[in-house]
Amino acid sequence: MGGAGHGHAVYRERLTPLHVVPSHVKLVAVVSFVFVVVATPGTWYPAFAGYLVILCVVGAIARLTIGFVVPRLVVEIPFVIFALLLPFVAKGSQIEFLGMSVSEAGLLAGVALLMKATLSVIASIVFASTTSPREMCRGLERLRLPQIMVQILTFMLRYVDVVGGELRRMRIARESRAFTARHLGHLKVLGHSAGALFIRSYERGERVHLAMLSRGYTGTLPVMEQERVATSMWLRALAVPAAALAVLLGSWAFS
Amino acid sequence: MHVPDGFLTAPVSVATGAVAAGGVALAIRGARKELDEKTAPMAGLVAAFIFAVQMMNFPVGAGTSGHLMGGVLAAILVGPYTGALCVTVVLIVQGLLFADGGLTALGTNIVLISLVTTFGGWAIFRVLIRALPKSRVGLLTSGGIAAFLSVPLAALVFVLLYLLGGAVDIDVGALTATMLGVHVLVGIGEALITVAVVGAVVSARPDLVYGARHLTPELTLRTGQKESAS
Repeated sequence: MGGAGHGHAVYRERLTPLHVVPSHVKLVAVVSFVFVVVATPGTWYPAFAGYLVILCVVGAIARLTIGFVVPRLVVEIPFVIFALLLPFVAKGSQIEFLGMSVSEAGLLAGVALLMKATLSVIASIVFASTTSPREMCRGLERLRLPQIMVQILTFMLRYVDVVGGELRRMRIARESRAFTARHLGHLKVLGHSAGALFIRSYERGERVHLAMLSRGYTGTLPVMEQERVATSMWLRALAVPAAALAVLLGSWAFS
Repeated sequence: MHVPDGFLTAPVSVATGAVAAGGVALAIRGARKELDEKTAPMAGLVAAFIFAVQMMNFPVGAGTSGHLMGGVLAAILVGPYTGALCVTVVLIVQGLLFADGGLTALGTNIVLISLVTTFGGWAIFRVLIRALPKSRVGLLTSGGIAAFLSVPLAALVFVLLYLLGGAVDIDVGALTATMLGVHVLVGIGEALITVAVVGAVVSARPDLVYGARHLTPELTLRTGQKESAS
């Protein structure tokens, strides 16, 4: 489907202690973890190192490799550029750094921004790679996301593949007629493609919906898994933000 | 222009989160009127389509990334309330499944990319559609201009939020100029895509376009009395 390297779902189907944790439990854990990271003052560097260690341990339990995680950090790139520019555009007292005159506040803020954003993205990657899209819908439903949004979400995840497949077939059709977009005049062709893509996907989507209705779809998908969540699951997942909180309090006590 | 974690201060993130929750609640109430059994899958499809469109991400130098937002497109196709829900769902998926956009900044992103572009853009669209002739050209012109303006509008709201709670003090003039410059370019792309998609759908299936309902003629009943009289 093209895009900036995040065109495919990050999910990896495995069976690890992290995969079996119900998704809403994981969701609560990852959001709490990110909140702790964001709440940490930007100059407490030991705390950030501690968070990275926690993430490495969790990543190892989920059997993620560095080669899997690092390429997926590309979503961050625009903000890396912003963070690198901050020392030069921010106001305040100027200091010498690597032979350049930069804003002290800007430098500190840039570093803090990079650390926080990177840690949060890694946390999201760990969540996404251990939670299938279907489980995520279920998790959000359990966390009381309004029914209408759960429905839109379910249909969207269902249709992403329909739209993507349609897009691929249309691209192959264009290219087999020797079309490549070379100048701005070709934008019109791509515009028509986008419009045609929408109608085609809609009409396919209509048929998918009718097929679902004829198989007894009533607006919610049937639930196969057990409703009760064992306390051990909550403990397992919440150990992650709890560890982060311990690191935060620890570095506060030392500073 | 997804805002990452730690970009705005915690109070501002919490405040935008509250605004986002309120706006989404409003959209859910409004969407009940727009959605029927047949349009629920339509909303899912619009969300999938916008998701595909938003993946065309181009990093644009100083400042944040630029990509198409699709708020006005969604509003014209399924109505502003459902459209806002579609874009919100896209943002949730991007944040949770693709690690794009911060989790604590989700509220900020919903306000900027979903609420401001769909409601702001829809307001502009409504004003234009009354002023311009009731035709296909009038519809597409209104849609294009609304789509174009919605992007710099969101950029301006972002600058405002940054002034309230940016992580660091930077020159407001420079930030505004960069954000506007970049997003005027993004806005042009947004307008082209919106016009192309709405134009194509209105030609083939005008019944699918919420913003073109005023173009469909009233249903007239022909009773066939003339034939019986003759």
